Amino acid sequence: MSADVELQNISVTFGNFYAAKNVNVKINEGEFFSFLGPSGCGKTTILRAISGFLDPSEGKVLIGGKDMGGIGPNKRPTSLIFQNLALFPLMSVAENIAFSLEVKGVDKIERRKRADELLELIALSGQGDKKVHELSGGQKQRVAIARALAIEPQVLLLDEPLSALDLKLRQKMRTELRAIQKSVGITFIYITHDQGEALTMSDRVAVMNEGELEQVGQSNDVYNFPQTPFVATFVGENNAFHCKVVSTEKDFVKVDFDGVHFFAKAGGDNKKNHNFKKGQEVILFIRPESIFIRDKSNKFENNFSAKLKTIEFEGNLKNIYLNLNSKMDVRFSVPNAVDTSNLSLNKEVDLTFSSSKAVVLPSGPLAVD
Amino acid sequence: MLDLSFRPNLPPLLRGGPDDVHTLVHYKHFIFGSETSQDKFNYVDIGVFFNTIFTAILVTVINLCFCYPIAFYMAKVASPSTSRLLIISLIIPFWINELLRSFALRILFAGEGVINNVLLGTGLIDTGINFIAQDVALYTGLTYAYILLMIFPLYNAIESLDSNQLEAAKDLGSSTIRTHWRIVIPHAKAGIASGCTMVFMLTAGALATPVVLSSPNTYWFTQLIYQWFNMNDNWSRGSAYSILLLTISVTFVLLMMRIFKVKIGEIIR
Repeated sequence: MSADVELQNISVTFGNFYAAKNVNVKINEGEFFSFLGPSGCGKTTILRAISGFLDPSEGKVLIGGKDMGGIGPNKRPTSLIFQNLALFPLMSVAENIAFSLEVKGVDKIERRKRADELLELIALSGQGDKKVHELSGGQKQRVAIARALAIEPQVLLLDEPLSALDLKLRQKMRTELRAIQKSVGITFIYITHDQGEALTMSDRVAVMNEGELEQVGQSNDVYNFPQTPFVATFVGENNAFHCKVVSTEKDFVKVDFDGVHFFAKAGGDNKKNHNFKKGQEVILFIRPESIFIRDKSNKFENNFSAKLKTIEFEGNLKNIYLNLNSKMDVRFSVPNAVDTSNLSLNKEVDLTFSSSKAVVLPSGPLAVD
Repeated sequence: MLDLSFRPNLPPLLRGGPDDVHTLVHYKHFIFGSETSQDKFNYVDIGVFFNTIFTAILVTVINLCFCYPIAFYMAKVASPSTSRLLIISLIIPFWINELLRSFALRILFAGEGVINNVLLGTGLIDTGINFIAQDVALYTGLTYAYILLMIFPLYNAIESLDSNQLEAAKDLGSSTIRTHWRIVIPHAKAGIASGCTMVFMLTAGALATPVVLSSPNTYWFTQLIYQWFNMNDNWSRGSAYSILLLTISVTFVLLMMRIFKVKIGEIIR
């Protein structure tokens, strides 16, 4: 069985410090929902409030429409997977998985049967008698998931469970987690600072900064239509041009950047575009993969030129850094297959980008990288 | 001393002479009593011996029950500053000599001591309680004497437990008691064994506290040893009795370690 989770005006304070501030969100039944944010943004605080280890200073947590106030973590229909997994090292794998059943007083044979079923789900059949330390990192991960699923929770909470794994395993576990979520069909609430994880696995993502929700939406919406400068720079890479508004035209804005005029989409929230006034300080965001070298096949509304600084090889991509003026660097990337041998150092390069790929947002704090 | 315990008690002049042979006479005395005695066995000494061992076990158990919650509180519940304060307030009394601490307890527990006066004054009891005759004072004194040796190994062991494990157990629906039984105690087993071993050994071998706090009818085995050495000037018999106490204590500890499956290496760690 699955349940929805509703956070109503959740605030958590430690002294004068707001770890979470006025968080309002409804997580649907059976959804894979991620909280994404830098460390210290309050995402773990939110998770602890949902699991019941922490009482919010204000606001309510509703699970399946029921107010969870005063209900302890051992009585909530949630199950938490810890960042360090917190498997019990002195118990065998099967005992770990069946611990919640032991708590309920289920007899030994039944417990073992259920543990074996779950071991099958996580592709570890026949490993129930092993000690936890005999397993590899990825296997431990899966045991932690099985242990959390054994109590048949309505909501599974995951606190950066993949952060300790190496890259390849992490990518594999993403797919596995998603598959497990689909097969058990319960609500997953996932906490991470890794935007790749959040974007690939989630139905919806909530980006958090300094205790507040910046934006909630589907992965591609959050990436393509950021609503705040923080989201624009935290999720993925972005070039930020600090400009002034020249004029507005329906959904587009004309801005002035050191005498060069650019056209870009007017940013806004889901319902409405921001209201831009002439002369207002704004930021234009354009992603590195949306900037092209201007030639016959690539010609867009916005054009500028910059001096080549370095070319960085990343494997699948080449990142090209250019010096626009003394103040600012621009970065764009091309697939590795693109020939860049004609680009030489300090050469002026003509660049172009489409106004539909660029977003203008009111000035605000950027994510520090 | 081991050698001494197998030799007869001779005046200095005869030592090394033809009478100085190896003998079991002192161990025999412990079991069968003196040759002039009417009893079949040495009931008095054997009684004192087992009383000492059983009381030491009891004190160890009381100590463990008492210290475990304190250690857990300090390690996992209290804030670091509270826990430091607690540690200091536990340590400071032990800057005072053991003998003085025992006398302080005697003042508290005496017939007209502080506790009786308070109880009588508040009208909770009508006649004074003889804490000393009932050995309450002795048990309290012995328990308190080695409390640090129990608390610190426990504290260290519990402190090293990952707090997430406690939360994980709770999240999986476990009650507090079950979490302790299944998670904390197994983790702290080596610390518990280490604390219990030290407390048991030292309690069984305590001298000052029993001398000051035991009732006139209760004898501690170390008091017997002391008597043979100092008052009766029979070092051989004193040695034999000491060896007996040591052997039984060590055997008991090893037996317990075997039962609870703790290795000696874990205790030392």
